[in-house]
Amino acid sequence: MIDHHLVVLPVVLPLLGAPLVLLVRHRVAAYALALTETGAVAALAVRALIRTSREGPLSYLLGGWAVPWGIEYRVDTLGALVAVLVSSIATVVLVFAPRSLARDVPRERHYLFLAIYLLCLSGLMGIVVTGDLFNLFVFLEIASLSSYVMVSLGPNRRALTAAFRYLVLGTVGATFYVIGVGLLYQVTGTLNMADMARLLPTVSAFRTVLVAFGFITAGLGLKAAMFPLHAWLPDAYTYAPSAVSAFLAGTTTKVAIYVLARLVFGVFGPGLALDRLPLGEILLVLGTLGFVIASAVAIFQSDVKRLLAYSSVGHVGYMVLGLSLNSVTGLTGGLVHLVNHGLTKAGMFLAVGCMAFQVGSTKLEDLRGVGRRMPVTTAAWVFGGLGLIGVPATAGFVTKWYLVSAAVEQGAWGLVALVVASSLLAVAYVWRVVEAAYFRAPPDGVDGEIQEAPLGMVLPTWVLIGATLYFGIFASAPAGAARRAAEVLLQVAR
Amino acid sequence: MTRVLGLYNYWITILLMMTGFLMVIWRTNFVKKVIGLSLFQTSVYLLYLTMGKVQGGTAPILNGSAVYSHPLPSVLMLTAIVVGISTAAVALAFVVRIREAYGTIDEDELKALDDAE
Repeated sequence: MIDHHLVVLPVVLPLLGAPLVLLVRHRVAAYALALTETGAVAALAVRALIRTSREGPLSYLLGGWAVPWGIEYRVDTLGALVAVLVSSIATVVLVFAPRSLARDVPRERHYLFLAIYLLCLSGLMGIVVTGDLFNLFVFLEIASLSSYVMVSLGPNRRALTAAFRYLVLGTVGATFYVIGVGLLYQVTGTLNMADMARLLPTVSAFRTVLVAFGFITAGLGLKAAMFPLHAWLPDAYTYAPSAVSAFLAGTTTKVAIYVLARLVFGVFGPGLALDRLPLGEILLVLGTLGFVIASAVAIFQSDVKRLLAYSSVGHVGYMVLGLSLNSVTGLTGGLVHLVNHGLTKAGMFLAVGCMAFQVGSTKLEDLRGVGRRMPVTTAAWVFGGLGLIGVPATAGFVTKWYLVSAAVEQGAWGLVALVVASSLLAVAYVWRVVEAAYFRAPPDGVDGEIQEAPLGMVLPTWVLIGATLYFGIFASAPAGAARRAAEVLLQVAR
Repeated sequence: MTRVLGLYNYWITILLMMTGFLMVIWRTNFVKKVIGLSLFQTSVYLLYLTMGKVQGGTAPILNGSAVYSHPLPSVLMLTAIVVGISTAAVALAFVVRIREAYGTIDEDELKALDDAE
């Protein structure tokens, strides 16, 4: 029964859970319900990952309507991997959220936040599992609208303008996407991804297909905060409540990159996207500019959350670079970085959330001396930071290893140098926080009462940071799945 | 001539799309930005409806040998209209909250207020 509906349940459960939470209202009961739902989604996603790696892609026909007339939900190894990432980050962040959020949202209104959180999760899972291009647009907007609202809940009034800007740019991105889908529908008469992939080669000479490709890539680039379309991201991550920053940083941009990979390689095909059109070169340049410039900008930030936000723009650049290289090694690097960076960045935003909870600020100058007062949290930041740099035995190293090997395969030594140089930039911005936390005296006027954050916040932080260390040492599980996915996407014979 | 005039639906689509898009970019008043955004989305409805329309076609209710328009784009646009309305509603809610928090909804004045902090 559950196995039969395995693909659709991760979408339906939180979608039904959101109004239920609104009806329940009671703070503890609503929270228990939301946590159960999120945990159940994570369990289902893990089950789906196990089944896809054993039996291949799982398909589910909504309402029993046959493809290509009905809507198909389809999960392959990559989709299941991203589903596990999104749902497990959602679960861990939800454990963290109530205490952290109590600072910004009155406790009696937490049930409203929980409802929106579940809606966002439902949208993200929908994006991952759907095999229908228009259905994807709807889920994209469900996830986006709920994330705008969550961003606007931040304590500073700038959260409102940040959310508004995010809404405007996000909507433009989604509309671009839907224009592209419309043009594709015009020439192929289908919305099913697999069917579209079959029909596109016969019509790819039409200019309509090329225009559609441009619209879809630009729209998804906006959603993924691909440099230089990242203008919404720094403010949104800085002013959102810490739990929301962690959730969004770990999931939304990653899901957009996943969709980009799936459409560029799985629907348009590398032959059209990379060989006939110069997408590879464009992504290569934009990705490289992204990780070099954004990492450099991150060094000069005075707010730790803003620093992490710019670092996120940079790391999206690595993923984009992975997509652009048109080799199995490169694509594996890009896809595995999606998982590794999602875990790392969500964990680091949680660490900053712990600090903000105790210190009441995320400004670098206010966090001076925090290392001695909150050793466990700061240690989590340090290990997360090592992952951002790409030090061996962290998950970040695995990715950089793949990216550098792919660049070496193609003899692109300049690219190798840039990736290494950007890691040095990461050393600089991670070090700024470490220096302030450990080697500076606490600011005057702050009493010595700042102490370690409560266990309910430190534990989720360490679960995520611990996962990045685990996947840094035992890298074969995510990297193997990403490699299989890359081989499928590039249609390389095994 | 007919190649240009015969495609007038598409010209209107492009006009609406660009008007809305430029309003989003150039207008500093947030309410006008929201209007521009809605216009931008509306142009997409027209794009989809145009591609489904067959000249002289009716709704596909099977009653003989009439010519039918393609119903699916219309159905898709019903969903897109719902999405557009939700977006406008959330955007306007933000505008109200921004006005409450800052006392203005002009982008330049907001920036000046934020910089002054």
